[in-house]
Amino acid sequence: MTTASGPSAIHTVNLVKIYQTGGLPVHAVRGIDLRVEHGEFVAIMGPSGSGKSTLVHMLGGLDTRTSGEIWVDGRRADTLNESAWAILRRQKIGFVFQFFNLVDNMTVADNVELPALLGGASPKHARERREYLLTELGLTDKADAAPAQLSGGEQQRVALARALANQPHVLLADEPTGNLDSRNTRDVLRLLGEVHRQGQTIVMVTHDARVAGLADRVVTLLDGQIVDDGAVAHVRRRPKGGAGDVVELRG
Amino acid sequence: MRLQLLALLSKEPAHGYELKQALEQIFGTAYPSPNIGQIYVTLGRLEKDGLVRSVDVEQSNRPNKKVYYCTAEGREALDEWVDSPNEGPRVRDEFFMKLVLAPLTGIADRMALINRQRRHYLAIMRDLVELAQQTDQDNRPAQLLIEGAMLHLQADLDWLERCQEDLA
Repeated sequence: MTTASGPSAIHTVNLVKIYQTGGLPVHAVRGIDLRVEHGEFVAIMGPSGSGKSTLVHMLGGLDTRTSGEIWVDGRRADTLNESAWAILRRQKIGFVFQFFNLVDNMTVADNVELPALLGGASPKHARERREYLLTELGLTDKADAAPAQLSGGEQQRVALARALANQPHVLLADEPTGNLDSRNTRDVLRLLGEVHRQGQTIVMVTHDARVAGLADRVVTLLDGQIVDDGAVAHVRRRPKGGAGDVVELRG
Repeated sequence: MRLQLLALLSKEPAHGYELKQALEQIFGTAYPSPNIGQIYVTLGRLEKDGLVRSVDVEQSNRPNKKVYYCTAEGREALDEWVDSPNEGPRVRDEFFMKLVLAPLTGIADRMALINRQRRHYLAIMRDLVELAQQTDQDNRPAQLLIEGAMLHLQADLDWLERCQEDLA
């Protein structure tokens, strides 16, 4: 599971998930081979029910696989038990959920600092990282608030800050802009672009083409399988082109 | 450009160059900068149709300039333009034709067609995201235009997804 440049950030081999809830078995993921290199930004797209969320949940150890292998940074992970996964996540993975999962009785600042502290960062470093992330996401004035006092969009941004607090090897995210209006999405896009340029590996389920457009590579799922996997090219625009070119782009 | 010019003239009379400057100032980078020749040609046609009239204004030591104003007929045309809703975007586009016709001719696989089109839309979206970041936040017309293009593109992508689901 190793390439010349070292282990991949994420690697799966014939990964399968079958849900058995009562009646018929549901094949959510049917044999996915996916390799994500360090520093890569991969967007996962596809219709609802195509297995996107199940896939990233398995990559983060939040859902067990039925068969197949998951490797995280060169280490076999699908065979780990729950507590070993918890340790691996704390060390290597940041996760942004569709529905935030913030700790309600802690302030926004503490929610963001906690993973860094658990991951072994010094209090000073954790605080600096928190201040940087909240500033980038326009949330500095909310640092002392409780999550319940925030709007859905604000909670979603706090969840992103928390996932990045630890500077994880891999950021996994499930629809991280699903609750954001266009202005807040812009802040999130800017931050994602920036951490990606700094080398952050990102695997992100998204329906939002603005987010997918930031990715290096888009993987499309359909019915639990990969139907497309490729780079997002750059289109050639006139060097000095302005917004007026949009008219032509859409012509 | 007829109705843009008519709209500006309904506010106040102006000569060709003033109209060019006004369009640039209002739209900023959101609209390709109009060429002065095009403006004069359009004004000539509007005048011929009776929607504007012009008067020659004398200038000291320069040639006379033509100042245009909106006529009652022009005002009516403008009201009609503003009051009528616009057509929705086209769905029956060239890609749709390929999608439907490809299997008949056997020239392309429909999944491959959809995948290629998706990548192309995403590449355009990436370009729009960059453009929005480079464009002044205070230039509202330009930002709204870019956002409109993004929303259309998102709808196109959603539709591709529907096509793909349908074929699966």
